[in-house]
Amino acid sequence: MQNTPSNPILTAAQVAGRLELAAGGSWTAVHASALESLLESAPLGPGARPVSVDLTAIGELDTFGAWLLERLMRTCRDRGYDASFVAVPERYRGLLDEMGQVNRQTPPAARRENSLLAGLDRLGRTIAGSREEAAHFLGMLGALGAALARVIIRPRTFRLTSAVHQLDRVGWQAIGIILLITFLIGSIIAQQGFFHFRRFGADDYVVDLVAILVVREIGVLIVAIMVAGRSGSSYTAELGSMKMREELDALRTMGLDPVDVLMLPRVLALICALPILTFLGDLSALYGGGLVAWFYGGMSPDIYLARLQQAVSIDHFMVGLIKAPFMALVIGVVACSQGLRVRGSAESLGLRTTSSVVMSIFLVIVLDGCFAIFFASIGM
Amino acid sequence: MGEALEPVIRVRDLVVGFGARPVLKGLSLDLNRGESLGLVGGSGSGKTVLMRTILGLIPKKKGSIEVLGTDLERASDSVRHSIERRWGILYQQGALFSSLTLLQNVQFPMREHLAVSERTMAEIALAKLEMVGLSPDDSGKLPSELSGGMTKRAALARALALDPEILFLDEPTSGLDPISAGDIDTLIRTLQKTLGLSVFMVTHDLDSLQSACDRVAALADGQIVAEGPIAAMLLSEHPWVKAYFRGKRATAQSIAASVPKAMVT
Repeated sequence: MQNTPSNPILTAAQVAGRLELAAGGSWTAVHASALESLLESAPLGPGARPVSVDLTAIGELDTFGAWLLERLMRTCRDRGYDASFVAVPERYRGLLDEMGQVNRQTPPAARRENSLLAGLDRLGRTIAGSREEAAHFLGMLGALGAALARVIIRPRTFRLTSAVHQLDRVGWQAIGIILLITFLIGSIIAQQGFFHFRRFGADDYVVDLVAILVVREIGVLIVAIMVAGRSGSSYTAELGSMKMREELDALRTMGLDPVDVLMLPRVLALICALPILTFLGDLSALYGGGLVAWFYGGMSPDIYLARLQQAVSIDHFMVGLIKAPFMALVIGVVACSQGLRVRGSAESLGLRTTSSVVMSIFLVIVLDGCFAIFFASIGM
Repeated sequence: MGEALEPVIRVRDLVVGFGARPVLKGLSLDLNRGESLGLVGGSGSGKTVLMRTILGLIPKKKGSIEVLGTDLERASDSVRHSIERRWGILYQQGALFSSLTLLQNVQFPMREHLAVSERTMAEIALAKLEMVGLSPDDSGKLPSELSGGMTKRAALARALALDPEILFLDEPTSGLDPISAGDIDTLIRTLQKTLGLSVFMVTHDLDSLQSACDRVAALADGQIVAEGPIAAMLLSEHPWVKAYFRGKRATAQSIAASVPKAMVT
């Protein structure tokens, strides 16, 4: 059965009005491109005549070679020639017969689509899809509300262990990176403040800039964005892969609601963690601003602290902190609802994780804007 | 098989273990060209470990493995790649790429390894799907839309994409109903005869052993404890082999009744 592999050949001869082709060598996948060009150059000119293909000299044949031979036969027959194999070695007969059976049905032709129409189609689907996203968001919010109500009625059903574990993951373990990032942000704002305010001799107001900006807006935003990227994405990926492996179905059929078991502890942990992280982040940013004021701006720590006490009132602090649990709720709900929408493929898991992060960051910023309008109108 | 036996896989004194616990203890086994070998063994006896070690997915501690006359561990990268092109593997869960359609899944190895035109590639891929019993209408489906049996078939089509010489099957009939399992057995047998494949099959299924295997090897205690046609298995006195082939389930499936038939072939 093992012949030495050799290049495939196809010779043609005209014998008494017949076209006699003789195939030889290795008709295998390795030589596929050579085979294709051999067959293209076969002299199947115009004029009906019988064609025979002699297979005596074929050393090796696999599905590729057999299919290409079969295709040659079909091309001839389509053009109205009579075509047949001659001297088929016994060991290849089964394979050639098999190939004679396949590809008889024409496969469904791929529709060519107009690129403009396709673009419009995608746009329309995205817009229609956003309504669906909103419905899923509200659905998840409602489900969490119902789960919370059940827990309030029967507090013993609350999964405390799970909530504490999640709090450890999204709160305690996030402290390091949150402190570092807010420290850097505080320092950078202070440095830019000194650099530009110094020209007007307004060095003292840098403290107001850093304090109000960090405490009211930047602190909570940076922390929320970090948490969305760090914890929201992991919630989506976890729930999504649990959905793919039918773990959620398993919970449901055991009479447990995944919202009670998985989502409520996660979202509550996030709601507890975010205000704490925001508080710590604010401190870290003010500390960074102070260090820059001392070493770069030449302002002694005593003066910095005194200015800070004048600049920031408890109101400013509350404005920042009040937003945190709402942002946490948005991040948690988006993460869970996206996780539940994962379908079977690995690609859809990636897609949902991405859209979870993008959507929660977008919604956090929108929410921040709404709060800004609200606080302005109540005069805080 | 009138021709002289030519081993395509030759395993000698193989030792594989995780940590201090050896799973395979000096195992030797041959797979000859054109034959279909069924590997049986209890759960956790190391069947899949043996297959994965042959494939190079698990490192071995001692011994030698030759595939198509080459020791893969010592071979250069290019030699190893050329060998890897000559085998096809059907994983237990199918391992189809979940973001590609069936047609793309089957085309994937061709696209990577062969210089073939798009048209031929599409035709061959459809032909392979049809050979394993899937219709062209299924070719655009994603793996997540398939039933268990269809997944196995599609995975088999992908394993066959490059016309391999050796086909590894990891429990090809597990999780299928007896009718689908029977179909898969017949399919493997037909493909093996048509394409001249050497088949290495890990299985639990007594029916598969009977209908799709020329030879059976039983793995127990990290060794091959019995080897030969199914009739020879029935004569083995090893306690595990005895329990397996002459136990309640085996008698229920009336394997015992087929002894004379198996003897003749």
